[in-house]
Amino acid sequence: MTSLGAADLVPVIPELFLAAAGMALLMLGVFRGDGSTRFVSTLSVLSLAIAFLLLGLLPEGRTETFAGMFVTDAFAVFVKSLVLLGSALTIVMSSAYIRSERMERFEFPVLVLFATLGMMMMVSANDLMSLYLGLELQSLSLYVLAAFKRESTRATEAGLKYFVLGALSSGMLLYGCSLIYGFAGTTSFPQIAGLFAGGVEVSIGLIVGIVFLTAGLAFKVSAVPFHMWTPDVYEGAPTAVTAFFAVAPKIAALGLFVRAMIAPFGELADEWRQIIVLLSVASIALGAVAAIGQSNIKRLMAYSSIGHVGYALIGLAAGTQQGVRGVLIYLAIYLAMNVGAFAVILSMRVKNGMVERIEDLGGLAQSRPMMAAAMAIFMFSLAGIPPLAGFFAKFYVLAAAIDAGLYALAVIGVIGSVVGAYYYLRIIKIMYIDPQAEPLEKPMHRELGVVLTVSALFTLLFFAYPAPLLAGAEAAAASLMSP
Amino acid sequence: MLSWPYLLSTVTFLPLVGVLFILLIRGEPDVVARNTRNVALFTTIIIFLLSLVIWLQFDTSTAEFQFVEKSGWIGDGLPGAAREGFNYHMGVDGISMLFVILTTFLMPLCILASWEAIEHRVKEYMIAFLMLETLMIGVFCALDLVLFYLFFEAGLIPMFLIIGVWGGPRRIYATFKFFLYTLLGSVLMLLAILAMYFHAGTTDIPSLMQANFPSGMQKWLWLAFFASFAVKVPMWPVHTWLPDAHVEAPTAGSVILAGVLLKMGGYGFLRFSLPMFPEASVFFTPLIWTLSVVAIIYTSLVALMQEDMKKLIAYSSVAHMGFITIGTFTFTQQGIDGAILQMISHGIVSGALFLCVGVVYDRMHTREIARYGGLVNNMPRYALVFMIFTMATIGLPGTSGFVGEMTILVGAYQASSWVAALATTGVILGAAYSLWLYRRVIFGELVREDCKKMSDLNWREVAIFAPLVAAALWIGIYPKPLFDVTAVSVANLLQQHEWAIEAARTALAKP
Repeated sequence: MTSLGAADLVPVIPELFLAAAGMALLMLGVFRGDGSTRFVSTLSVLSLAIAFLLLGLLPEGRTETFAGMFVTDAFAVFVKSLVLLGSALTIVMSSAYIRSERMERFEFPVLVLFATLGMMMMVSANDLMSLYLGLELQSLSLYVLAAFKRESTRATEAGLKYFVLGALSSGMLLYGCSLIYGFAGTTSFPQIAGLFAGGVEVSIGLIVGIVFLTAGLAFKVSAVPFHMWTPDVYEGAPTAVTAFFAVAPKIAALGLFVRAMIAPFGELADEWRQIIVLLSVASIALGAVAAIGQSNIKRLMAYSSIGHVGYALIGLAAGTQQGVRGVLIYLAIYLAMNVGAFAVILSMRVKNGMVERIEDLGGLAQSRPMMAAAMAIFMFSLAGIPPLAGFFAKFYVLAAAIDAGLYALAVIGVIGSVVGAYYYLRIIKIMYIDPQAEPLEKPMHRELGVVLTVSALFTLLFFAYPAPLLAGAEAAAASLMSP
Repeated sequence: MLSWPYLLSTVTFLPLVGVLFILLIRGEPDVVARNTRNVALFTTIIIFLLSLVIWLQFDTSTAEFQFVEKSGWIGDGLPGAAREGFNYHMGVDGISMLFVILTTFLMPLCILASWEAIEHRVKEYMIAFLMLETLMIGVFCALDLVLFYLFFEAGLIPMFLIIGVWGGPRRIYATFKFFLYTLLGSVLMLLAILAMYFHAGTTDIPSLMQANFPSGMQKWLWLAFFASFAVKVPMWPVHTWLPDAHVEAPTAGSVILAGVLLKMGGYGFLRFSLPMFPEASVFFTPLIWTLSVVAIIYTSLVALMQEDMKKLIAYSSVAHMGFITIGTFTFTQQGIDGAILQMISHGIVSGALFLCVGVVYDRMHTREIARYGGLVNNMPRYALVFMIFTMATIGLPGTSGFVGEMTILVGAYQASSWVAALATTGVILGAAYSLWLYRRVIFGELVREDCKKMSDLNWREVAIFAPLVAAALWIGIYPKPLFDVTAVSVANLLQQHEWAIEAARTALAKP
């Protein structure tokens, strides 16, 4: 064991900073009380922004540290940037919500910070141990966030449900890890990958381990059939928390999923591909069909996110560099679309408080034309209609599937997208065609308006200049496939 | 003359400039509505004039693409060796030229037709129409498959809103059906585009025409493109979205739907299926012929029984589009020339017929045939206009319909006399339903009180119909300028096709 020098800490500077900031803000909150929530929120966003900058300043190329348990490469930087962006935007969007819903407590931004820290560790995990550490730090923060509105039974139920099922899945994941360790003799990703170089026979125990690991990860990304918690938690949790759940943790978990499959088991793609294909097909189908009957918009977004995870998994099923790139592009565009859609959902407020039925959007196009136009952009984009960004997200994962010869998967994917288009169109129909519901309260909060405008413009104009995102995803995918 | 190198892009994206102006309009609701209409009308007229400049400068002696613009768009595409990126590549040749003109020609008329019919949410309406114009012109000019797909699919968004927001009572059902049907066809084409990209390493349309796909692959690709274009044309049995969409759409929406959107399917066959998958096209020709003949006879019979004027014309559109698909798949100069001409003619004539329905609908707010009768007595101008277009849709010599149908049938006869004979029954049935419709609406006693109160065409309506009448008669009497545009490109297409089939045969003959 070599001793840890100062140079070894360079790759973890963003995480170290975030951890320190999180603890400092916790102390600040404890001493100044709930009145300081706005201040703490602002500082949290600032910390996330600084962590984002630090991420950009990291030396390029792949560096490992903590005896190879933690890795920083272009892939990690790409996913972490998305995660930081998602978390920061969530805090920005939720500040008005937590005030009006009387859940303005300083723990909220601090918990988001800790969850983000966990996500960053997940994405950089290069060992089954660090994978689990990051995952648990993230999950525990999320369980608390789900139940953050203590006096609401729905939120408490959501938190409890999430915790029990999450603990179960963590158990499965750990069991998988222990099997893999038992049969491979190591927990380090590169060392496991080394075992399979040159086409060695794989023991059945290891395969079972991979299956359990996959099941655990599928739970975290809420892929069918491990999705049961998602609609209930999305619906029960306070909307600001749902917005957070839908974006940053999804992105981090998918990033982790990709790394945990490709980095150690890349050579075994033929063994695990069927599992991913099955998860993907089931998620697409359920996401498309189950959302049709929903009347609660948060529940609908839950099923929508299940469907989108299915599409992202198409890229992983391909198992190629193109596939990984497709997943990364998907995640980036998914971030923009979902943040925007939740900005609208967070401003669905009438005189008597928040509303979350889809019918409450009725006639929005006449009372709030710009907001309705933005929401229509997000819905068309989520449905995958060109020229909006969501089309390109699907385009690149489907391209990877076609190139990898997964024709059936691609066909199921596009047919699922047609079925799914129905419920996105239904929202547009309600906004543009249906009679006016009780008008939403004006004005929209300024922060929400800014987030909404930026994400709508990104979604609308992505096609004009997609080069930077594509190049970034390309470099990230290359760093994962050929370290 | 103008020698601006970005003429095609200017024409394509000028409507968006109109959209920007409309977005900037502020003030009292009726002032906003008036200004919006004016901006939309002026924009579309300017675009039409510019597109005429393109036509005048168009060189009819070459089959090459003209007014070509090409610049990098999406980097180096997907990773991998020797693959080109997706380009912003635009251009027109003899096959696409006339469709651009058709689009720009119909648009100002659509705006005029909506002048009084659309009273609420005028701003959004005009924005949707102008966006639709950009996307339609883009479809016909795109020379990159991904770019083409973008324009092709994006057109669903404004059309969804046009039918859904400004349509009739069952508009929601109609617009969902329209959207989902077309989307289902198109997504399969998207997968085919990707497969072609990985095989040929490019999505450039002119290069793909030279790429020889293996014949097994060609069949799958052909079927995927067929799924998209057959829904769009629409061919029997996937035509059922069309009558619903037509009936519920506002008048101008029907005009664009029949006039331009359906043509995208026929254009797609000519641009992609024939040149890129020559063997598969020959292989599937019997399928196309069967479906087209069934469409011609079956939908003509259905049209006979309709009680709704718009529905009748919608079914007649399906029958006419059947002629076009037959002509396309005859692989003869006359057949394909005729198919293109018939598409232009049908765009003008069926568009005009929908406008004719719109005229009486605006006055009576019903499309039920039985509610009318004897209109010749109080609306002589209307009766004249309606008669010209009824004759044109039947294919009376001297009208555009005759030229198109006649040349198609000449081509079809060379390919298969049976198909020509069966298709000809469609001409007879067409005469039956069209004349019967005309008789029931225009002739007879003027007994109904509300019919007596109807006023004849006003000046705005005359202004809408005059160019359409002129175009229908001009094409009917002197179609040479149009055939000149298409001839060389079509001849080249057939030559390439022959060579490809020849090459495939020799490859088969080798041991």
